[in-house]
Amino acid sequence: MLARYVIPALLILIVPLLPFLAPWLKVVLIIALAKGIAVLGVTTLLRAGQVSFGHALFFAIAAYASAFLARSAVGGEFFVMLLLGTFAAGLSGLLVGLFVVRYRGIFFGMLNLAFSMIFWSILEKFYYLTGGADGIHVRRPTVLGISLARAEFETFLFYFAFLLALLLGWVALRFLNSPIGHLFQTVKTNETRLQYLGISPRRTLLVGYVFSAGLCGVGGVLLATVQGIVTPDYAWWIRSGEMVFIAVLGGAGSVAGAFVGALAYELVRTYAAAFAADIWQMVLGAFLLVIILFAPGGMIGIYDTLMRRLFRNGGSARDRDAESEAAYRPAVEGKKP
Amino acid sequence: MRRQLLMAAALALLPATAIAQDKPDSLNIGIATFLTGPASVFGVPARDAAEIIVERINDEGGLDGVPISLTYIDEGAGGESMMAEYRRLAEDQGVEIFFAAVSSGSCGAIAPVAEDLEVLNILWDCGTQRIFEENDYKYVYRTQANATPEMLGALLYLLKTTPDFSTIAVVNQDYAWGRDSWDIFSTALKAMKPDVEVVGEFFPAFGAPDFSTEISRLQALRPDVILSTSWGGDLDTFVRQAAQRGLMNSTTFLLPLGESSLERLGSALPQGVLIGARGDHYFMHPERRDDPEFQEFVETFHERTGAYPIYPAFHMYQAFEAFLAAHSKAIEAGGGEWPSKDQLVEAMEGLTFQGLGRELTIREDNQAIEAQLFGTTVMTDEHPFAVLENMMIFDGEDMTTPVGEESIEWVGSLTPDYVDQVDVATYDR
Amino acid sequence: MNFSLFLLAVFDGIAYAALVFMVALGLTLIFGVLRILNVAHGSLYAIGAYVTASVGAAIFAAGFAPFLAFPLMLIAAALIGVVLGGPIEYLLLRRIYHRPEVLQLLVTFAVFMILEDVQRQIWGTQPYFEATALQLLGNVQVLGVYYTVYQLIFLPLVALTVLIGLRLFLRRALAGKLIMAVTEDREAAQAIGINADRVFFLTFVVGAALAALGGALASPTTSVLPGIGADMIVLSFAVVATAGLGQIEGAAVAALLIGLGRSFAVYLMPELQVLVPYLIMLSVLLIRPEGLFGRPGARKI
Repeated sequence: MLARYVIPALLILIVPLLPFLAPWLKVVLIIALAKGIAVLGVTTLLRAGQVSFGHALFFAIAAYASAFLARSAVGGEFFVMLLLGTFAAGLSGLLVGLFVVRYRGIFFGMLNLAFSMIFWSILEKFYYLTGGADGIHVRRPTVLGISLARAEFETFLFYFAFLLALLLGWVALRFLNSPIGHLFQTVKTNETRLQYLGISPRRTLLVGYVFSAGLCGVGGVLLATVQGIVTPDYAWWIRSGEMVFIAVLGGAGSVAGAFVGALAYELVRTYAAAFAADIWQMVLGAFLLVIILFAPGGMIGIYDTLMRRLFRNGGSARDRDAESEAAYRPAVEGKKP
Repeated sequence: MRRQLLMAAALALLPATAIAQDKPDSLNIGIATFLTGPASVFGVPARDAAEIIVERINDEGGLDGVPISLTYIDEGAGGESMMAEYRRLAEDQGVEIFFAAVSSGSCGAIAPVAEDLEVLNILWDCGTQRIFEENDYKYVYRTQANATPEMLGALLYLLKTTPDFSTIAVVNQDYAWGRDSWDIFSTALKAMKPDVEVVGEFFPAFGAPDFSTEISRLQALRPDVILSTSWGGDLDTFVRQAAQRGLMNSTTFLLPLGESSLERLGSALPQGVLIGARGDHYFMHPERRDDPEFQEFVETFHERTGAYPIYPAFHMYQAFEAFLAAHSKAIEAGGGEWPSKDQLVEAMEGLTFQGLGRELTIREDNQAIEAQLFGTTVMTDEHPFAVLENMMIFDGEDMTTPVGEESIEWVGSLTPDYVDQVDVATYDR
Repeated sequence: MNFSLFLLAVFDGIAYAALVFMVALGLTLIFGVLRILNVAHGSLYAIGAYVTASVGAAIFAAGFAPFLAFPLMLIAAALIGVVLGGPIEYLLLRRIYHRPEVLQLLVTFAVFMILEDVQRQIWGTQPYFEATALQLLGNVQVLGVYYTVYQLIFLPLVALTVLIGLRLFLRRALAGKLIMAVTEDREAAQAIGINADRVFFLTFVVGAALAALGGALASPTTSVLPGIGADMIVLSFAVVATAGLGQIEGAAVAALLIGLGRSFAVYLMPELQVLVPYLIMLSVLLIRPEGLFGRPGARKI
């Protein structure tokens, strides 16, 4: 059983070393970590049985908030940008959440989509404010007042993002295991029971929703600073789809899966773009199909199955697949008339 | 997953190629262009042009005996993938020369990175005038004009061919190019012909499939002139829908990027439309069409792709010519040694080179001076699509914003007699 | 805004709505029966447009009669429905009906990504334009403004015909009744011996053919080029959600609402044009989450 934890521990140790081996990989890894943190938000919601097809909204709000801050007279200080961006995402998560927590299943997903598409149209249309489709250039921010050259800044950003990912992963686990986290997950398993207990499922869901929006915000600020540019693309439906894609790829509902999925996704995408520039979408699409059809538990599911086969303890692969699939089951029941 | 990481690590350990001063075994150039998405109507012909040019160079034994190879970066894959691939080429594969990119957005993202990575980046096609007006670069050069001379040329051609108009409407794509080009055009128009009234400003979404509503609205507004700096599918759709519904009979159309759609539009584009080409680019360039070099390229391109080259292909040609000219200039300056990257960059400054149009010069702010060609469509028996007559080539020098000035401010300070100050050559057909 | 401009805006809105409705119809039909939101619908739309435009260009260049443009659209749509829609349902969707809906949606998303590249491999990146059908019908002048008969009269007529035809088919024809039965209650339908698999297959093929028909009908009015599918899918998605998932007449009303909203935006505030469909969708969903005509889902106790 110990072996199950050796490989993850090794991975966590290896990742910080990667930039020494391949400097160009640093940026890819920062992007993967940024997306992984955002996907963590989507994953959290999956634990309550809700799938959002519009979480790119919070990602984009935080990114634009930090871009506006960097452009303003206050200037760009990384930690201020991060705090403000996350706060903006959390606040808008609260406002949007007040509406959408009344809905479940496909309606929840669609309302989120509608909100994100509206924000996308606004970003596209109000050219003189938002830079339209070309977005806003984000100057490299200072870190605690120190201005760094690109290479140093990226090194800082990489290790910071790495530590932040570990920290937020831990926070997410703590949240899900806390009393409120258990109530939150009960929205999935038995919402009525919550009501019998005298607890408002909406308010519980709202707490988780704001938390997930904040996580998307952190991801958005990180991506905006490493990319040096924010575009309406950050809010587009394909990006929301990408987040759900990564969550499923990694293993829906799994905290580690969010990061494993994001890393795999970014690497496949980078290599597909490099070596099959004409058909990178096809490669990703086929990758997704194979995962869904043959490994519905995602990469974490594959790993668990592998470990169980190797060490012959615990249930069969089939159980595990059924288990991980249960992560989204209530959404199905919710839509039945 | 772990294997992928290992693969990445293994790739990273491969030795970088070219070390400066030593003649490398091969020279790899990274080219960012649109291979996917709507803008691939520009990106793909440019890639075809690049292949033809490099094949020719390699057939002749390479650049001083060094074969050139190309690696493409797809702008259509989105900002993250594009930048990741750019950096992989620069930091891992040791690529030191890039031609990037088509869209202003991509150029805005790439230029500061190229500067930090200290690689020579030639902006081979993007048009935003802001890049060198808002920043100073050492490693970034542009081998063609920018939006300001392109729009000024369009306005001058309109004023010369259609001096009596009193109303104008605009239908541009809703993104930086569409907005900025209109800003420049309308500011210059206000300065040079203040009595013209702008009766309609439409910015339909980029890639809009349908302009029916805008066309109805324009038919009700009846402007004398309609300007559209749109391109690709958007322009084709707009022109066809407008022509079909008779809008083009009553109104003068000014299409500064129309050259890239001439062949595709075929007989759908009526006579009398004012056409530009973002520079002096035309497959029947009146000053160049008899040159063997010009003819050979146009013929090879047509043979290879089944279409005549359009301005992105010519822009790509210019980028190569600029690079080759800088290379030989650097060799000369270095006493015959293979130039280092910095020597090459140094040679770019003040460089004079020639593509398949008039000669170009790179200014001290890294911006090239390029002439602008405009013409009016006419149907002939030679081609199943409209060709240009009454062509005018405007000298680029007088139309490019002076170094250190900001474009909008500068065009706003122009006066009505500016029309006659710009040097122009006129050709019937 | 005077009365004649008002009328012009209405005409433009109707012409646009007709096209959007055709695409949304297939999407809502598939959702109504299979309970799958088919993202690949956008690709089928694009492929319908590509096939019609490229085959049309080829046969008219070879000297065939222009009126063939119309049967060509139908043939292309039917062909795509069977050749592409069939395998998608049979090989992929059939394996995931018992799976969570996120996975179902992601499968169609993956198909969409694959088909996007397939299109580019087949048709390249240059825009196609084939407007024989539109030119054949000519123009009509209304209030001093020229409209194409194709957009102002033909498309709305086709949309209306398809709407009524589909309604009659579902109510009167045996296959239609089977589809309705499976939609109402799948288990009960299977219990009385209806082959749900065949009904699903048939529905998906018809839905895919409708998407392709939408593309075929749109092809004479627009440039066919990479990316048209991605834009269309979000728009028809907004129509379907506004109408209520699975609502066929509702989709017609929602398409009109969005079409008119869009054209009035162009006349009054062009900057809001892109925003309008989503604003309509959001305001409807906030008041009636199940859409204008949707039935509220029963809550699980």
